[in-house]
Amino acid sequence: MAVEISATSKLWRFPGGIHPPERKAPANLNNIQRFPLPPMLFIPLHQHIGEDGELCVAVGDYVLKGQPLTIPGVNNGLPVHATTSGTITAIHEHPLNHPSGLTGLTVCLEPDGKEAWYPRQPLNNMDALSQREVLQHLQAMGIAGLGGAGFPTARKVAGAKNIDVLIINGVECEPYIASDDRLMREHAKEILAGSHILQKLTFAKQLVIAIEDNKPEAAAAFREAIEQFSVTADFSADGADPAGSAARTNRQPILKIVPTRYPSGGEKQLIQVLTGKQVPVRGLPADIGILMQNVATAYAVERAVNHGEPLLERVVTITGEAVKNPGTAWALLGTPIDYLLAQSGFKPGKKQRVIMGGPMMGFTVTNLQIPVIKTTNCVLAPTHKELTPPQAEMACIRCGACEIACPASLLPQQLQWLAKAQDYAGLKQHHLADCIECGACAYVCPSQIPLVQYYRQAKAEIREQTIEQQKSEIARQRFEARQARLEREKEERLEKHRKAAEARKAAQAARQSEATATEQDPVKAALARVKAKKAQQTAPAANTESPQGPAGSASQTTPEHKVDQKTDQKDAVAAAVARAKAKKAERDRLAQAENNNEAEKPIAAKNAPDHDKKDAVAAAVARAKAKKAERERLAQAENNASTTNTKGSDNG
Amino acid sequence: MSFYIASSPHHHQRRTTAKLMQWVLIAMLPGFLAQLYFFGWGVILQLLLAIAVALAAESLCLLARDRAPSTGLQDNTAIVTAALLAVSIPPLAPWWIIVIGTLFSIVVVKHLFGGVGHNIFNPAMAGYVVLLISFPVQMTAWMPPTGLATQAPSFIDSLYLFLFQFTSEGFSLEQMRRVDTGAMLDAVVMATPLDHLKTQLSQGATLSEAMQHPQFTGLAGMGWQWVNLGYLLGGLLLLQQRIIQWHIPVALIASLAFCALLGSILAPDYLPGLSIHLFSGATMFAAFFIATDPVSAATSSKGKLIYAGLIGVLIYVIRSYGGYPDAVAFAVLLANLCVPVIDQYTRPVTYGHRKEQG
Ligand code: SF4
Ligand code: SF4
Repeated sequence: MAVEISATSKLWRFPGGIHPPERKAPANLNNIQRFPLPPMLFIPLHQHIGEDGELCVAVGDYVLKGQPLTIPGVNNGLPVHATTSGTITAIHEHPLNHPSGLTGLTVCLEPDGKEAWYPRQPLNNMDALSQREVLQHLQAMGIAGLGGAGFPTARKVAGAKNIDVLIINGVECEPYIASDDRLMREHAKEILAGSHILQKLTFAKQLVIAIEDNKPEAAAAFREAIEQFSVTADFSADGADPAGSAARTNRQPILKIVPTRYPSGGEKQLIQVLTGKQVPVRGLPADIGILMQNVATAYAVERAVNHGEPLLERVVTITGEAVKNPGTAWALLGTPIDYLLAQSGFKPGKKQRVIMGGPMMGFTVTNLQIPVIKTTNCVLAPTHKELTPPQAEMACIRCGACEIACPASLLPQQLQWLAKAQDYAGLKQHHLADCIECGACAYVCPSQIPLVQYYRQAKAEIREQTIEQQKSEIARQRFEARQARLEREKEERLEKHRKAAEARKAAQAARQSEATATEQDPVKAALARVKAKKAQQTAPAANTESPQGPAGSASQTTPEHKVDQKTDQKDAVAAAVARAKAKKAERDRLAQAENNNEAEKPIAAKNAPDHDKKDAVAAAVARAKAKKAERERLAQAENNASTTNTKGSDNG
Repeated sequence: MSFYIASSPHHHQRRTTAKLMQWVLIAMLPGFLAQLYFFGWGVILQLLLAIAVALAAESLCLLARDRAPSTGLQDNTAIVTAALLAVSIPPLAPWWIIVIGTLFSIVVVKHLFGGVGHNIFNPAMAGYVVLLISFPVQMTAWMPPTGLATQAPSFIDSLYLFLFQFTSEGFSLEQMRRVDTGAMLDAVVMATPLDHLKTQLSQGATLSEAMQHPQFTGLAGMGWQWVNLGYLLGGLLLLQQRIIQWHIPVALIASLAFCALLGSILAPDYLPGLSIHLFSGATMFAAFFIATDPVSAATSSKGKLIYAGLIGVLIYVIRSYGGYPDAVAFAVLLANLCVPVIDQYTRPVTYGHRKEQG
């Protein structure tokens, strides 16, 4: 069920979805601007998923552009870098990019305006490096997903095995935001190069670039870039692919234009649109052979690999009717958003809303000092007329509009009832966890119910509960583990004593049995002969009854006897073998007995190809010995024997 | 600077419940005007009284339940309920009929079940059924449509009939009707085409004999066909405005049409045909205005198809074999009862939970 996409393959539909006014213009009309350096940069240590690194600079230090400020911890975290050259004036708590107004440790960097670079190390010969080395480089460059939650790219790539399709997501479905749009229009070539690097790293067979049909200019830019690439690319020289998988890798990128419908840019939704498949619940796209990266991430990868530049800046859309000059701008990470707004001619109204992100999924900020981080794609300052603030919530009229709009095929209405009733079991049963918080349901709800808000609250409460549960679970497990350990230690002590006693006994018994076995030899041998004749296949029977070789090998060494063996006889033989084996195993456990066994082996082995009589004798000896040992066998060993028995009959 | 804090999404499709209900009222106009034309002033009297009673009852209920009437009334749902009920009852039924019906709809069916969004039954239809069972005589006393009657009651007569059950000259409704029918329509005991057919057929007449009646002109009987076409027009407006989805009307009409066709093939002499079923009685009204009531309908698209299909079948079965001439109200209430089950079994499969994906 490998995923395959071609230029002409059909597009699918995800359920639900909405068409909010796009309002990408006027922000997408002009080139990406570059504002003068801000007076101060606030670089939070926590910028993405993963643990914070350890600070490696101090107040007063002069740092260069691109110099790491932290050393990532053990867990493959990402370092953060100084985004320009300057002096660290303070390191303290500063508001973070978070809806709750949370603060976090932040490096305050005063730019000196020189933009003096820390030494850059491009990977000029990437093809000669292993995947791991390149990923380490990306890690060190601080590359994280710029489209969504900021997941470290190297980790995402390293964790994805058997990728069929690498999808570069240039959909940007949320209204207002034009960052990726502008980036694609102006840097399609670099994005394509970055995409190829990612394709090599993932060994993906196909590279697909997806763009919504409301960005024809971006699509045109890509078409041109792909054409240029096709002309210049040397497909045959692609053999340097680290896994040597050039043959199965098609480097010709495929451009897919998807219909505009929010939220088609969501990872899951885009996968459904392009492949018709769904990422299994609690799974990853990699489970169905897909890896997705944002266009801006691909661009950052290109900068990191070909230019040795860490991720220091990103494109941010500054828009909304409360700013005079809406547009897009390259913003150094750490730039406070009030600077960006001021540069764009921000005229705050009464009770101004400033939204980080788009109108559908962004959050309102409480402080304009919060900095741009890797995942900041938009700063939206709408007037109240433009985006009317939520009205009073009215009663749900069960109209089902929410359900029709939900791209995850959830029942937003029922979720809302359940969330209000704090019925967490019910919420789980209705798959609240699969809600992507896209806001489509709340957008269409005629009763203006802030549905997503209810879901978020419920999710947070469930998370808290789970953490509590986990804590108590861990405590319980720890207690139980301790109890078990004490118990085990006690038993081990007893067992040691018992074993020592047993070993002594066994040694004695073995010595005795050797003596008696030789005495009883003639009788046993005669009995064995009679038995063997009855079975009409003396040699193999005796042979296999000896504890030394498995039935298979025995019958193979004497092929002339193999033909007329009947199954029941076979089974009997095999059972005997197994029994003998079990006995042998038992004996193996005892040091003394093992010695005996070893001493016996050569005899039996020598006897095997010889005369039937000799074989019979050896077998008899063995059987007698085994009987002796059996007497001393413990209940545990019997269990062993019965299991080996079944195995033995399988073999036969 | 103080900031406005809100939870996403920050954008909202500006279509409130109140606006939706306004659209419903607007869309009822064509059908309502047709009724007004064919059945006289009584229609409007019923409507006005129903709305007044509904608003008063709604306010009192909201007060009793500690809600602010101002916000509760804003959603216009009470007005819609009143309007739906008002156009369902005979135009010249005495005033206390509509009062009782409206009170029952608003107080018992809506608020005692927990207010808007919580009622399992369609309030207007539940009110209608209570009236029909309690006051069968008044509830089936439809006037013949204008054009068949020798003279339509004037506004003053209508008002008198509505208030006192007598015209200004002292005729009762029954007498009025007898005067009319005596003059022109011998056999009319009950006035609607479906009533007529039911009676005739039960008296052993064949369908074609029953249809000989002068009432049956055009598609499905004088007056009623126009009323139905009016509601169809309004329904199409609702669809075009995306106030309702296509699922319910289409499924209802399709299943009723299917049953009607099947019936006419199997027993052409005794079962009324397609056009009668679709354009007589309250079919179009039910398909676009009653069954589409969001609160009491199934929620998922698939569920809506099943729900409305069920109503269509029930309408047909009750019309053909039940004791009442029209069956919309009963069919809708019965389907309302099935909604929880339908919802349970038509839950969409959440993303990523598809079976074949394991
Ligand atoms: S926010 Fe959740 S429930 Fe609402 S439409 Fe999006 S996925 Fe569905
Ligand atoms: S859209 Fe709003 S009113 Fe309609 S069913 Fe969903 S939650 Fe209820």
